[in-house]
Amino acid sequence: MFDAEVWSIVLLSLKVSASAVLVSSVVGVPLGALAGLAQYPGKRVVAAVLQTGMALPPVVVGLVLYLLLSRSGPLGGLGWLFTPQAMVLAQTVLALPFVVGITMISVQSVPAELALQLASLGATPWQCRWAVLREARQGVLLAVAAALGRSLSEVGAVLIVGGNIRGYTRVMTTAIVLETSRGEFGMALGLGGVLLALALAINLAMVRLHGGRLLA
Amino acid sequence: MDGSPLYRLETVAKSYGAAPVLEVAELAVWPGEVLGLLGPNGAGKSTLLRLLAGLEAPTRGRICFDNAEVCAGRLSPSARRRIAMVHQRPCLPSGSVRFNVEFGLRIRRVPERAAPALAILRELGIEDLAEQPVHTLSGGQMHLVALARVLVLRPEVLLLDEPTASLDPGRVARVEETVARLQRQYRMTVVWATHNLFQARRVAQRVALVWEGRLIEVAPTEQFFHSPADPRTRDFIEGRMVY
Repeated sequence: MFDAEVWSIVLLSLKVSASAVLVSSVVGVPLGALAGLAQYPGKRVVAAVLQTGMALPPVVVGLVLYLLLSRSGPLGGLGWLFTPQAMVLAQTVLALPFVVGITMISVQSVPAELALQLASLGATPWQCRWAVLREARQGVLLAVAAALGRSLSEVGAVLIVGGNIRGYTRVMTTAIVLETSRGEFGMALGLGGVLLALALAINLAMVRLHGGRLLA
Repeated sequence: MDGSPLYRLETVAKSYGAAPVLEVAELAVWPGEVLGLLGPNGAGKSTLLRLLAGLEAPTRGRICFDNAEVCAGRLSPSARRRIAMVHQRPCLPSGSVRFNVEFGLRIRRVPERAAPALAILRELGIEDLAEQPVHTLSGGQMHLVALARVLVLRPEVLLLDEPTASLDPGRVARVEETVARLQRQYRMTVVWATHNLFQARRVAQRVALVWEGRLIEVAPTEQFFHSPADPRTRDFIEGRMVY
């Protein structure tokens, strides 16, 4: 049942989701920290917008990106439609609000007094910010885990912008959709099992990375 | 007093929104002295210390540190590192006690950190806690760690906000002895906020009364306790003041 094609599907799923999580983390963690630490008018509105972003329907994101990336669209020149790059972009868009939003909430939950007290020990503003982010690391890790979960399990957007092309843009979730429509329930269930096992393994690895304190 | 004061405050006021919390008509803090800030809880002692630390800006008035005006509460980074404050409710970053005590040394890029950190923990009688995570400490132990992380820096100005309020009498004596020894040895300027009359009398060379957001009186310790000029000071030290 698990031939070379299946493994290539699993591998592509991992590559696309890992890339999306990497991009959304590199961009999202600093943005979330900034959004949470800085004082500015409309901070609550930003938080509300981010929470709405977490509920973005993947098919809508897929549709909008499809229009942007299509040949006549503003990003058509990139030639990304129906490529893994387009899938990474779609998953990044979906994962980013999770990373930014959860990071923002995490740094906000660190007592403001901490930065003030560290400043009174001679810490520079950047050293204070870093210390706050370090204090919020469990939440940041949760943000990355949530982004990974969102990316791995998402189907609507990657189906639209990737096209589910065999051997090129077919990932686990789109393969499951296809196998189900073909009545190949055994294969669909098998892929579903692999997907779940992968998600569990990655999250366990992250918990371990943090010395098990995520469970504490 | 000889020379020029380390701190000079002129018509300083601080309010949060519309609520005034502190007014100081005039105050000088002299280099190498221990100034006790006496007053009931909520009198404005912590606010005064935060102004001296440069952590907050006065709403109006002038604060000069070492003959330079502190603009909008912003001390230069080099000036800020000459001052360190122990806060009333310590916030300790997660990690071991030693990690916390080494924090200020680490940000100053001091290469040798473990030995001074352990030395100050030993002096405060908590060296056995060195490797313990701070979230497992009792309230009193946290206060001692907060004190240790400041004392290890040997700051020129030491601002203490009720550092012994949650300690048992034995620990209080030890903290007072340690601060006194370091103060003498490094000629630190200490501003020590306390609501404890006896402590102010034991540790300070001059005492100031902060009462209902106002600096009422500053005088040498003996004079402050024996012949206070202000009737409110007299009421406070004779225990007639009910608050």
